[in-house]
Amino acid sequence: MRKYGIAGMALVLSLALAGCGGDDGSSDGAITGEITVLTQRTDIVNTVFQDYKRRFEAKYPGTTVKFEAITDYEGEIRIRMNTKEYGDVLLIPNSVTADMLPTFFEPLGTVEELKDRYRFVRSEQSFEGTVYGLAITGNAQGFVYNKRVWQQAGITTPPKTPAEFLAALTAIRDRTDAIPLYTNYKDKWPLGQWEGLRGVVSGDPDAAIKLGRDDAPWAPGKEHYIIDSLLFDAVAQGLTEPDPTTTNWEQSKAMLGTGKIATMMLGSWAIVQMQEAAPNKADIGYLPFPLQVNGTFHSVISGDYKNAININSKNKATARAWIEWFANESNYAADQGGISPVVNQPMPATLADLTAAGTTFIELNPAPKGEEGLADKIGNEAEIALWDGAYRQRIVDAARGARNETKEQIFADLNRKWAETKARLQ
Amino acid sequence: MATPTKLASRFPVRAGAPTRRRLGPTGFRRRMAHHRKRTLTPYLFLLVPVTLLAVFTYIPVANMFWYSVTSWNGISPNKEFVGIDNYVEIFTRPELFGVLRVSLYYIGASVVQIGLALYFATVLSFHVRFRNLFKGIIFFPYLINGVAIGMVFLYFFQPGGTLDSALRVVGLGGLSQQWLGDPDVINYSLAGTSVWRYLGLNFVLFLGAIQSIPAQLYEAAELDGANRWHQFRFLILPGIRPIIGLSFILAISGSLSVFEIPWVMTGGANGSETFVIQTVNMAFRYHKVGLASAMAVVLLVIVLLVTWIQRRVVPDEKVNLS
Repeated sequence: MRKYGIAGMALVLSLALAGCGGDDGSSDGAITGEITVLTQRTDIVNTVFQDYKRRFEAKYPGTTVKFEAITDYEGEIRIRMNTKEYGDVLLIPNSVTADMLPTFFEPLGTVEELKDRYRFVRSEQSFEGTVYGLAITGNAQGFVYNKRVWQQAGITTPPKTPAEFLAALTAIRDRTDAIPLYTNYKDKWPLGQWEGLRGVVSGDPDAAIKLGRDDAPWAPGKEHYIIDSLLFDAVAQGLTEPDPTTTNWEQSKAMLGTGKIATMMLGSWAIVQMQEAAPNKADIGYLPFPLQVNGTFHSVISGDYKNAININSKNKATARAWIEWFANESNYAADQGGISPVVNQPMPATLADLTAAGTTFIELNPAPKGEEGLADKIGNEAEIALWDGAYRQRIVDAARGARNETKEQIFADLNRKWAETKARLQ
Repeated sequence: MATPTKLASRFPVRAGAPTRRRLGPTGFRRRMAHHRKRTLTPYLFLLVPVTLLAVFTYIPVANMFWYSVTSWNGISPNKEFVGIDNYVEIFTRPELFGVLRVSLYYIGASVVQIGLALYFATVLSFHVRFRNLFKGIIFFPYLINGVAIGMVFLYFFQPGGTLDSALRVVGLGGLSQQWLGDPDVINYSLAGTSVWRYLGLNFVLFLGAIQSIPAQLYEAAELDGANRWHQFRFLILPGIRPIIGLSFILAISGSLSVFEIPWVMTGGANGSETFVIQTVNMAFRYHKVGLASAMAVVLLVIVLLVTWIQRRVVPDEKVNLS
């Protein structure tokens, strides 16, 4: 008999392997029951988010909120979205283009209904006049810098042109021990942050639309030419870290705070993190991009990740309540030093430097029908991947002499790939 | 190597007498039922591993073949069939194969690796002081997780990092340079890391093979006046030839599909991109899962082809030392 026992066990085991899964209580319309919320904030899911959970559950008795924090959020969520189980509330991954939104997410309402209450709903994560996500917070674009180091080098006003900016970095190199501009090359995504300068350079709310229509974005005078030239020139003039391949993001935060690094190009979300890593919070400041249009600096404000409802969710009412509560009552944006997604909230203190420099804040305009996310689609199809940072690694490599290419050759190659792909997609 | 050929004869025959004794006089039908269950048992046991193998290997591979003929972007619910378009694209874009050049560094490194492993295995197969300690030291890196190794070596190669400090201590500070920053050096650094990591595996394989050579052969050789080199040349080397051949096959197919170490350490930047990194980027950065799957299939074919050529050039011979 013992033999059959083992055989039976093998059978049971194989059945157990096959039978995983279950379902949770569903409720239609009523705000009750359990929801699963996916988040990228692995660092605060067990602290700040537990407080959110308690407050939300107190406001809506009978609800239970469960969190799932994902470290490599962008990478993992895309794969998981091939199934139906990707939580009730999740952040819309950046790689989902606008035309795919209706396939995966529950519509939250029309742009007309929501635009007077929420920021960023007009042009981001909306498709054909319908909104699919509410931002968790919002960012401006610019350079986070160590004020003390810049003062030591004798620079007290924000540079107004790329040439002035490079001159300031040179002064920092010559007069202090700091690395003037840190690229965070190794981690790659920090170089992708430069893409956020789209619209900042020209001060044009239509910048993203124009990019999708442009045949040569790296032609002299265009935004990408100016942004990537600044990066190239800074590296070529030896104003960045000596060995970019061994940079370290976590270390770089403390290095900025202690004045070993003078400047980094990052969205304004980074300000709070840099302040936390600095011995003296007041040393951390924020600079606008060194270019003025009609005598003023510009910065694009845009939403961070957007909370959205899984279209397969069994508890959409509670999920909806969570999204609204998160935007209106959680105070997440203010705590993170970001711009609140709610329209009539004031600008956060982290952006005081930009305001003091007389920066005009703009929001990008929505793309006309049929052109939603076009620039990014061309970028991916042409294997440039604008937001990824890899193509800017190539620029850094060429600028420091690790590749046999000139700036002009790279730009010509990028223009060629872009134009070919654009022609193919139309 | 001696393999027991008459394994079956060492064990008593199972069918027959013992079972018959337990059954009663009317036991014919029961015996048949018993017999059927008994033949079923091995399959029930197989069910679990075969299910696991199918779920985690064969089905995903079949899927990969299917994706490779679509233009799927990795997320869209419909996968458009495009026939052999992806394969045509791969073979009309020579730059996709340019990265295979990087594999040459790893192939070169694996020759060094096998040489070193052979040397250590031979030395440590004789009676050496602290033999087991050295065995442990050489094998240890293989037990460490590849991601951890990548992290450790990132600090090792940093400007002013462990390697530079070590060089300075021994007075070779002038040699220090950007180990990962210089595109002419980076692949040597990465291949060196790979040697450090995989040396232990080759070493253990060789050591095991060497120890399976019967001890009396060494005795006989010593009586005939053979020194250590002769023993290595005429006893050990021919004795472990199949294992060396296998190591080369593993090393070359491994070199063609290097991934972990350059991915963790550089992400493929600065001229360290390998074919697999390029494939992963194609799938997860540019979201061309169809094209990436086709590239994976092409790599599979290349590896099979290289292995086949290798087997033709160096045929697997039976070893007979006695």
